[in-house]
Parts: sequence; structure tokens; C-alpha cells
Amino acid sequence: MRVTVDVDRCCASGQCVEAAPDVFDQDDDTGLVVLRAERPTAAQLPGVRRAVAVCPTGCLGLADR
Amino acid sequence: MSLRRVVIVGAGAAGIAAAQALRGDGYDGALTMVGDEPHPPYDRPPLAKDVLAGSRPVADLTLCDAGRTTDLGLDLRPGTAAVGLDVAARRVQLADGGTLPYDGVLVTTGVRPRQLPGTRHLGNVHVLRTVDDAQRLRAALVPGARLVVVGAGYLGCEAAAVAATAGVHVTLVEPGPTPLPGLGGPVGALLASLHRTHGVDLRTGGAVRAVRSRGNRAVGVTLADGAALDADAVLLALGSTPATGWLAGSGLTTTGGVRCDAYCAAAPGVYAAGDVARWWHPAAGRYVRVEHRTNATAQGIAAAHNLLAAATGGAPRPYEPVAYAWSDQYGRRIQILGDLTGHDGQRVVDDPGDGHLVVAYRRAGRVAGVVAVDRPRVLRDWRPLVDRPWPDTVPPT
Repeated sequence: MRVTVDVDRCCASGQCVEAAPDVFDQDDDTGLVVLRAERPTAAQLPGVRRAVAVCPTGCLGLADR
Repeated sequence: MSLRRVVIVGAGAAGIAAAQALRGDGYDGALTMVGDEPHPPYDRPPLAKDVLAGSRPVADLTLCDAGRTTDLGLDLRPGTAAVGLDVAARRVQLADGGTLPYDGVLVTTGVRPRQLPGTRHLGNVHVLRTVDDAQRLRAALVPGARLVVVGAGYLGCEAAAVAATAGVHVTLVEPGPTPLPGLGGPVGALLASLHRTHGVDLRTGGAVRAVRSRGNRAVGVTLADGAALDADAVLLALGSTPATGWLAGSGLTTTGGVRCDAYCAAAPGVYAAGDVARWWHPAAGRYVRVEHRTNATAQGIAAAHNLLAAATGGAPRPYEPVAYAWSDQYGRRIQILGDLTGHDGQRVVDDPGDGHLVVAYRRAGRVAGVVAVDRPRVLRDWRPLVDRPWPDTVPPT
């Protein structure tokens, strides 16, 4: 699975970092989402799914490949 | 009881989050969503920002396109208003005369903008809640036009910023001492300066006495101090009231929102989420209602989870989020973390100048929340401190 990010939509809420700190980070200056791991491990996937669900702008996704 | 029929009343962000969470948690029964607007669910925050500015197409706002609707097995019925709820018989009454029997219902009907009495018939007096509202207002934002915005809350401030940037002559009227008066002096002063720098005529401490009209058009606004403002268009940004009229006679308590317990439950089989819900926040120790986009999604997920848990013997989870909201004005981002309601103190914790600012808010000896203007990193550092004892010294930034 691959994480997709539409950074133009990001509102810097930091919800994704709360849900999956190993996979998401925030830019120091803008607060916008920074992807730390494009292909999450099986152990990281539940957190990524939570992050995708709670993102207030829907800028995160999970693609099959 | 077994859960085979779920009805979601309200086709917005909270409703679609609930639908997705139900399917994600394995619910495989019937799922119906009704909404009074003629559109499938869409995202509202961009309406006062990119959509009003014309920099983002409306089609881009969808939260659930046709493919996703099919994937979710969602019977989506836009343009279908609910007019009643029979809690005992577990039925939703529709405006078209139909009824929807349910095992579980989620109330996600959101809010309606406040109006000024006697202005509804005036074609150029606007509110801003729906995509249709946004498109009507956008058409009025032509360079040189005169716009009076009544109310400098989030919506009024954002719309004023978009309009001023588009070359519209904007007067922003706010009864409080600053824009976003709930955030207090330092942030308010910064915002006031920002609006004035961009040419907005900001009238704080100003109340509207009357909207002057000729025929079906407003021609101006008279303030309580006698000032007469001419206007080609007026935007009422006076806040909102929960859309609970359809629940009259249901037996639910709807004063100030649909009253729910800590699990977002209003009655057996009835859950509420998003702007319309007023729930018992265990960590805060009081009932709260939050009109923010982030809450709509998070509470939609929580309510769906607890509805499913109640039906299947699973473990319900109390819903006690740390609130988060954001506002974009003139390219500045204002971030609000925590619930600042009733704060009893504040302290500027970072003031590097150039319009950047971080203020922490205290309530009853604890950190109520933090507001940051273009300082996301400092905001992040404060996140773990929300609800903790108020620090005697400011943490290093």
C-alpha cells in the first residue's frame, strides 16, 4: 500500500501526526504534512487508516500500488 | 438489537464520516443518507476561502463522488429533507411524505445561518453556508463594489479578506472590540491591523440598527451610532443555530443542539455528530457543541463506532477530543487548538514580530488552548500541554 498526499489541501491540523507519527510529520515552517514513509509497514497501516479517516480536508489517501 | 438499517439525516462532513466509519467497522446492512440540499456531500471550509476567491472549482469540493457512493453501498438521497423523527417507532419522516424505518439513526443536520429579521426578501443580502450561497456571493464580489460584512467571526473575517483582496470596498462591522473577539486582545489586535492594512473599514463596537432597502434590494446599513453605510451587497455573518427544527415533538432535548451523552447518544438508537450535536465532554466536564470542520469528521466517526458498539455488544468510547480549527486570512493561517470558551487568562508566549504570534489561554488553572498565527511549530509544541496545569514559566520555543 502507498500513502498519497494532496498537500495543497492540507490545513496543518496535525491530526495525521497524532494518528501515525512514524508515517507523518509536519513542516517546521508551514505546518503542512510531510510524508516520512510512503510505503507503510503492516504494523503502521492501522494508524495510517485512522489518519486518512480523521484528516479534516481529506488530503490523505491509500492507494493499492 | 440487531442493526440492519441505518439512516443518516444530514449529508455533510459528519454524515459522510459516519457512513465511511460504519462500513470501515464492518457494518454491512442498509445505509441511507438524506440531505435537504440538492448536492451530494461536500466540504464547507473552502466556501469562504478558495471558492469565494474563485481559485477552486466547486466540483472539487465533493466528499463522496458517485464511485465512492457505490463503494460504500450508500443509498444517497440529496434534496430530501427530513421533517420528523419518531424515536419510539424508530422512523424518520420525510418532507416528500415518505418514511424511513431504522434500527439506528445518526443526526448530522448541521446548522443554519442566523438572519436579520426583515431582510430575507432582499436579493443582495447574503448568508454563507451552502455552495449555492457561496456562488451567489462570489458573483457580487466585483472590483469597486461596496460590501458590508456584519459579524467578524471566522466566516465574516475570511469573506472580508477574500473580498478586499478582490478589490471590493469592504466594511466589516463587529459588536466586539476586535475581530474574532473570543480570542481576546493580542490576537484580535493583530487581526484588526491585518484587515485595516488591506483596506478594510473595520467598525468594532458597531451594531446594526437597520438594513436600508429599496424594493427587493438593500442599499445600505445603518449602525447603532448613526453611521450610514452604502452597500451594493451585505453579508450576514452572525453565527448559526443548530438545525433541529425537524426534531420538534421527537422528545429529544434540542436546546442549543441535540443533547447527547459522552458517547454521542441522544436516545436509544439515536446518535448525533457535528455542528448540530451538544454532547457531554467528560474531560471538559460540561456539555459542548463545536462548529468546526475537524470535529465534524472526528465526531461522525465516534458516533458511528458507538452506534455499532451498542448494537453488537462492543465497547463504546467516550468522545473527548482536543478541539482544532483554522482560519485563512490574507495568506495568514490562524490555528486554534483547544476549547477557549470561558478562558480566564492569556499570555503571549511567542511574538517574533512580522505578524506572527502565539498566545496561550488559561482556564481554572489549566491550559485551555493555544492560538498561533503563522507559527505551526510552536503550536505543535504546545499540543501536549492542553488540559495540563498552567505553566508558571513559558516553555522555550
